[in-house]
Amino acid sequence: MDLTTFLVQCLNALQYGLLLFLVASGLTLIFGIMGVINLAHGSFYMIGAYMAYALAPIVGATFGGGFFATLLAGVVLSVMLGYALEWAFFSFLYDREHLQQVLMTYGLILVFEELRSLLVGDEVHGVSPPELFAGTLPLGGLMTYPVYRLFISGVCLALAAGMYVVFTRTRLGMMIRAGSSNREMVQSLGIDIKFLYRVVFAAGVALAVLAGMIAAPVSSVYPGMGNTVLILCFVIVVIGGIGSVRGALLAALLVGAVDTFGKVLLPQAAGVLVYVLMALILLWKPEGLFKAG
Amino acid sequence: MDRSVALFVALVFLALALVPAVAGPFGIDLVSKIMIYAIFALSLELLVGSTGLVCFGQAAFFGIGAYAAVLLPAQYGALSLLWILPACVLCAAGSALIIGSLALRTRGAYFIMVTLAFAQMAYYVAHDTPVGGGSDGIYLTVKPVLGTWLDLDKPVAFHGFTLACQAAVFVFLALLLRSRFGRALAGIRVNEQRMRATGFSTYPYKLAAFVISGAIAGLAGFLFAVKDGFVNPELLSWHLSAAVLIMILLGGLGHLHGALVGAFAFALLQELFQSETIFGSFAKHWHLGFGLTIIASVALLPRGLVGVPGQLRERLLGRSARNAGNTHDESF
Repeated sequence: MDLTTFLVQCLNALQYGLLLFLVASGLTLIFGIMGVINLAHGSFYMIGAYMAYALAPIVGATFGGGFFATLLAGVVLSVMLGYALEWAFFSFLYDREHLQQVLMTYGLILVFEELRSLLVGDEVHGVSPPELFAGTLPLGGLMTYPVYRLFISGVCLALAAGMYVVFTRTRLGMMIRAGSSNREMVQSLGIDIKFLYRVVFAAGVALAVLAGMIAAPVSSVYPGMGNTVLILCFVIVVIGGIGSVRGALLAALLVGAVDTFGKVLLPQAAGVLVYVLMALILLWKPEGLFKAG
Repeated sequence: MDRSVALFVALVFLALALVPAVAGPFGIDLVSKIMIYAIFALSLELLVGSTGLVCFGQAAFFGIGAYAAVLLPAQYGALSLLWILPACVLCAAGSALIIGSLALRTRGAYFIMVTLAFAQMAYYVAHDTPVGGGSDGIYLTVKPVLGTWLDLDKPVAFHGFTLACQAAVFVFLALLLRSRFGRALAGIRVNEQRMRATGFSTYPYKLAAFVISGAIAGLAGFLFAVKDGFVNPELLSWHLSAAVLIMILLGGLGHLHGALVGAFAFALLQELFQSETIFGSFAKHWHLGFGLTIIASVALLPRGLVGVPGQLRERLLGRSARNAGNTHDESF
C-alpha cells in the first residue's frame, strides 16, 4: 500500500468511525442514564437513511428542496418520534430486567422493519449527495477523494464537539451527568427526571437518524441496514465502557480503523477482526476502556 | 419438580411419541423441528433460567454443532452416528469453553452484549472465510447412520431419535438441577455475592454451566443439520439467538417444562403468522404481528405461559393467593 492509498483509507476509517460514534453515543447514553438496552437503536439509523430517500421529494415539493432542508425536516421528525416512543413505550422499560428490555426492543425491530417494508418497500435505493459536495478533491496526483465524505466527517466532528460542550458547560449536561450517576438523588433535588429521560432519548434518536441520513448517499439505502450498525455499536459501547461518551468516541474510531483496514488488508477475515479487537480489549479491561460512573 | 408438572411432561412426551401414528409427513417434519427447538431452548434455560446468565449468542453453539455435522463427514467420509454425534457436541462444547472463559469475565449488560458479539464473530467466520462455504451454506451429502437399524434419512426414524434426544436432555437437566451443582447454580442466580461469601468460587460453576449449555445447543444444531441436509450462516445469526431467548421467556423462565412449552408456542405462532390461508397476501409481512406478539407477551406474561394458571388464580382470589402461591423466586 503506497502513501496515497494509505491516506485515503485513513480518511475513510475516520469517516466510518465518526459515523458509528453518532449512533453509538445515543446507545451508550440511553443505557448509561436510563439503564435500557435498546436493540431498536439500529432501526433509527435505518429509519434515517430511508428518510433521506423518502423525504427529499416531499421537502422538494413543499419548501423548494435542498439537502439541508431535508436534514432539518428529518431531525425535527426524529425528535418527535423519539419523544413519542419514549412516552408510549420505553418509559415502561426502565424498571424491567435487561432480558425483558432486550426482547421487547427486539420485537420493536421486527415491527419497524415490517412497517418500513409496508411503507417504502424492500428495494435497494441510492441517494445522490448534494450538488454542493458532489465533487472530488485531487489527492497526490493520481487519486481523488469525494468531498461528501469529508463533509460527513466534518458534521460528525462538529456534533461531537457540540456534545462535549453540552455535557461539560451547560446546566442540562450537568443534570444528565448527575442523572447517570445517581437517579434518585437528582430526583430528590427537584429535577424532573422523566423530562430529562425524554430529552436524552429524543436526542439519541435524533443522532442515530441524522447518522443514517448523512450516511445514505455513501452506503445506499437497503433493508436490514440497521442491524449491522447496531451490533458494531454494541461492540463500540462494550469497548468504550457502557455509559461513557468519551469511551464511545475512542472505541468508534478504533472499530472504524480496524474495519476499514481489515477490508483492505485481510478481506477474508474483515468481519471477524472487529470482534477479535473486542476480545483482546476485554481480556485487558473487562469493563471497557472508560467505565462511567 | 412437583407431581402435576411431572405428569404434564410425561403426557407431552407421550403425545409426541404418538405423532407419527396420526400426522402426515408435514406434521412429522414440523414436530421434529419443534423438538429440535425445544432441545435448543432447554440448553439456554440452563443458563438464563437456572443460572441467571443472559446469553445472547446461543445460536453460535447451535450453528457450530450444525456446521460440524456437515464438515466432519466431508473431511473423513461417511461415518457412524456413534462417532459423529459426540464429535459435533464436543466441537460446540469446546467453542463454549473458549467463548465462555472470556465472556464470563464480564457481567450484566456487558455479558449480554459480549455473547452477542462473539456469536457475530462465529457468524462471520461461517459467512466470510473459506471454511464456511459463504452465505449459500453447504449441503450434507451423506446422513449419519447407526448400524443398519437407524437411518436418519427416514422422517419417522428421525422423529424417534430426536424425541429420544429431547427426553435424554430433559432428564439430564432435571437431575443436574437437583444435584449439588444445580443448587450452586441457583445460588449464583439469586445472589452471586453471597455465594462467594459462602466460599464458592463461582466462576468455574458458571463456566461449567456455559459449556454444558453449549454442548446441548450443539446437539440441537447437529440434529437440525441432519434434518434439513444443509447448513447456512443463518443458523448462527443473532435472530436465532433472540428467537431462543423469546422461546424460554414465552414458556416461563426458571422451569424446564417452560422451555418445552415455549418452543412449541413459538413455532406454532410462527406458523400461524406465516399462514397464507389465514392472513392471505399479508402473510409475507408476518414479522409485524410476530413482533407485536413478542412485545405483548413480554409485557403481559412476565412469568410466561406456565405462569398463566398462577396469574389467573391471583386475579380471581386476590392477594392472599399471591403470597401463598408465589414460591418460585422472582429474582430474575
